[in-house]
Amino acid sequence: MVSEELLTQHNLTESEYQKIVDILKRPPTITELGIFSVMWSEHCSYKSSRVHLRRLPTRGPAVLQGPGENAGIIDIGDGLAVAFKIESHNHPSFIEPFQGAATGVGGILRDIFTMGARPIAAMNSLRFGPLHKQQNKRILEGVVGGIAFYGNCFGVPTVGGEVYFADCYSQNPLVNAFALGIFEKDKIFYGRAHGVGNPVIYVGAKTGRDGIHGATMASAGFGEDAGAKRPNVQIGDPFMEKLLLEACLEAMQKGLIVGIQDMGAAGLTCSSCEMGARAGTGVELELDDVPQREAEMTAYEIMLSESQERMLLVADKSKEKEVFDVFHKWGLDVVTVGRVTDDGLLRVRQHGKVVAEIPNGALADEAPLYQRPLLPPRSIISSRLEHYSFLDGCEPAMIEGFLSGNTDCNQLLKLAVSSPNLSCRQWVWEQYDHMVQSNTIVGPGSDAAVVRVKGTKKALAMTLDGPAYRVARHPREGAKLAVAEACRNIVCAGGRPIAATNCLNFGNPEHPEVMWQFSEVIDGLSEACTFFGTPVTGGNVSFYNETFGDDIYPTPVLGMVGLIEDISLVTRSAFQDSGDSIVLVETVNRLVGRIDLEDERAIQNFISTAIRDSLVKSAHDVSEGGFAVALAESCYSNFHRRAVGAEVRVPSHLELVKDLFGEFSTRVLLSTANAAELCSRADQMGLKSHDLGKVGGNRLILNYEGERVVDIAMDELETAWRQGLPKLLS
Amino acid sequence: MKFGVVIFPGSNCEHDCYYVVESVVGQPVEFIWHQDTSLKGFDGVILPGGFAYGDYLRTGALAKFSPVMKAIGDFARQGGLVFGICNGFQILAEAGLLPGALLRNIGLKYVCKFLYLRTETADTPYTNMLKKTQVLRIPVGHGDGNYFADPETLKRIEDNGQVVFRYATADGEITPEANPNGSLHNIAGIVNEHRNVLGMMPHPDRSSENLLGSADGKLIFESMVNALIGTNAGFSPRSSNSKS
Repeated sequence: MVSEELLTQHNLTESEYQKIVDILKRPPTITELGIFSVMWSEHCSYKSSRVHLRRLPTRGPAVLQGPGENAGIIDIGDGLAVAFKIESHNHPSFIEPFQGAATGVGGILRDIFTMGARPIAAMNSLRFGPLHKQQNKRILEGVVGGIAFYGNCFGVPTVGGEVYFADCYSQNPLVNAFALGIFEKDKIFYGRAHGVGNPVIYVGAKTGRDGIHGATMASAGFGEDAGAKRPNVQIGDPFMEKLLLEACLEAMQKGLIVGIQDMGAAGLTCSSCEMGARAGTGVELELDDVPQREAEMTAYEIMLSESQERMLLVADKSKEKEVFDVFHKWGLDVVTVGRVTDDGLLRVRQHGKVVAEIPNGALADEAPLYQRPLLPPRSIISSRLEHYSFLDGCEPAMIEGFLSGNTDCNQLLKLAVSSPNLSCRQWVWEQYDHMVQSNTIVGPGSDAAVVRVKGTKKALAMTLDGPAYRVARHPREGAKLAVAEACRNIVCAGGRPIAATNCLNFGNPEHPEVMWQFSEVIDGLSEACTFFGTPVTGGNVSFYNETFGDDIYPTPVLGMVGLIEDISLVTRSAFQDSGDSIVLVETVNRLVGRIDLEDERAIQNFISTAIRDSLVKSAHDVSEGGFAVALAESCYSNFHRRAVGAEVRVPSHLELVKDLFGEFSTRVLLSTANAAELCSRADQMGLKSHDLGKVGGNRLILNYEGERVVDIAMDELETAWRQGLPKLLS
Repeated sequence: MKFGVVIFPGSNCEHDCYYVVESVVGQPVEFIWHQDTSLKGFDGVILPGGFAYGDYLRTGALAKFSPVMKAIGDFARQGGLVFGICNGFQILAEAGLLPGALLRNIGLKYVCKFLYLRTETADTPYTNMLKKTQVLRIPVGHGDGNYFADPETLKRIEDNGQVVFRYATADGEITPEANPNGSLHNIAGIVNEHRNVLGMMPHPDRSSENLLGSADGKLIFESMVNALIGTNAGFSPRSSNSKS
């Protein structure tokens, strides 16, 4: 009988072990136990989430590939397709921020080019604890440095993303990396080991002892021993990955590859058994042939290593030499390590002995499925910040300023724009190469990033949204808000939302409250994505985001991709010309923390049509920090030139501070040369519009019920905004 | 006229340069593999940005041993136009085709942003379409762009008018604030003594179309075309030029 200690080390339960014995009809070898433990880990098997994920919409007219492959794929016309996905690297990034984040970027890029697509854009969504704690500064600096290190060298532009701070991320930062690639739609490659007798070929970096049990680590919470898990974090080499990219794409272009999958989580194990399972074939591996960085590695270590920058591919047996030639040209290791067989088994040999023999299907598809208990939490976070979610994670004095009836709005506005959650992110994205590949039309700092598609008139818009405070308050509504905001961002950029990917960051799934949050979020995402016709083509679930038993906020991050039919439609969030009118469009029913999907659709249709008819000079989604902050952002978020001022009347509904900073759903701030036409169209569509004033001058002036409540030099306001984050870091 | 864009393992702006030459400037262009040993048929060679050999050891330190570098050295000595952008500049400096060295940015961080350059001389094959003191808006993206040279070298390149671009304000003032990386004398780009080899850290390949935020970089590529027409490198000038 296997010891309890051994099972604990492998994060397997007694009943899971029994299931393994039943499948094998004998006790597993230690190598087999390791293989099962990673393949059945939460990270690889989705054993707690799968029963819920099935409720997400995954099909649509543009979807060429839904969940289950390395990335989702959509058709964008002109014979082109786009592969995209988001993935988490939270646990490694807490233990070793720089390498954890770097390898997160490396992993998602491999997922994209594994399918044959050249990555043309990356984004990231980051969450940290408040910066007044020294440790959080160190984590932020490491994570940003790691993302820059990897993405910049690889040569993918990091064109956007989001960074938010809240207490719950202090011991558990979130690092979610998104990547998007483009290719011809008849040249898609899959991770399938077809063709009995075909060689299984290993390419890229050598296998070392790094990252062993990374997937298992990502499937448990952290306690005091977090530092001791540092050896579980892999080390990234973006140069090697760049060579792999070029070599793989060249081999694909030459028609040499039958199936291909990257070695990410669970390394050689996962790539081989999944490729076999998908094709219904067996895979035989000879570990003595696997390139190794260290001497005397055991079969267990080789199979579980998560060394980075490795790929496994199956080639047509007549083309083995040609494959070798391509990889040698790029100076890469390339070795045949096995064959495709017809027996459906993953058979692993080392030193002339079979060390593992497991049905591929059992590993890839027969992991236990858990219908874990759900329970609405007894308490949820307080409603105190319902109107001002941007204040979450701020120091108490700052929060008091907004809640205490202070009406010095000059001061409040400066505080808001320099606050951790709203201040300028340039310190972050200036470290990312966001222009390489020369496609970036709209880079970081607008509602959505926009990259052109060379050779066509089209462009792609993309955005990440994860309103965690809202989700923590009301998981289902928060999830709908995330989808709505992501779609609105795409529409404001001049695009049509097409499909989504999601990264679902949650606490411990063994806590019924966490599973309830998860289930509610899935229902919210499902409802909203169905409503907007934006299927979810893939993504990632990250559970066990807890430290010392405290779960993070439920934090779904939604990645939305949209198509801009003609680059002339590209619209920015920044004001363009002095003298333009500033128009606020909102719904008749004002909601906070909830959303009316019909109203949301009306506003998005209105914006799309107005952009198409050249009525809109700029469009900005009004979200955290409300009207006043959105207005300031439209004044200074054009990084191509100096900030511009504005003078407007603030519509009054409730009370001064709420009307300025309150976060009501479904509003947009537009600028236009034809306010009358724009407003009359909005009114016809049942929306409420306000022609508020003009762009121009070098001051921001807000009038409220006849009184001048804000009057501040743009320079002063912009400086406060720009220096917010650097000041917190200094 | 034919341009060549060199690909080293780890180059990542080769497609950007290729695109500008072919689609923006409208000239024939081909890639050159780092193991090629001949530049026969090429009139201008571009070393693109990126991380050749992963920048291991030092930027450009390994790339200079690529077989193509010998051919590039010969080509440069024969007066051919050799243009290094960003990592290409680092490689040319490391190979001794340009004086000085590029050190780690003074802020120790990679920096990617649009900034301004002041043109210091119109008397090069890369700036003949520009005016002296003309300000260009061109982005940088690098971690090692801090130009350094010993005092004698610095004096020599200044005296010879080899400094082509300096980091400046939008009004063309040379200030410490305008300097993104700590470069001596705000140097952003230099030519060799014979003025046929240019290295610059900023990226004209990313700023040759208004769609991308600026088309100022195009003037540099067009100057190259102009210069090659002037030297009559065996091609037919484009129609727009032949009309004038």
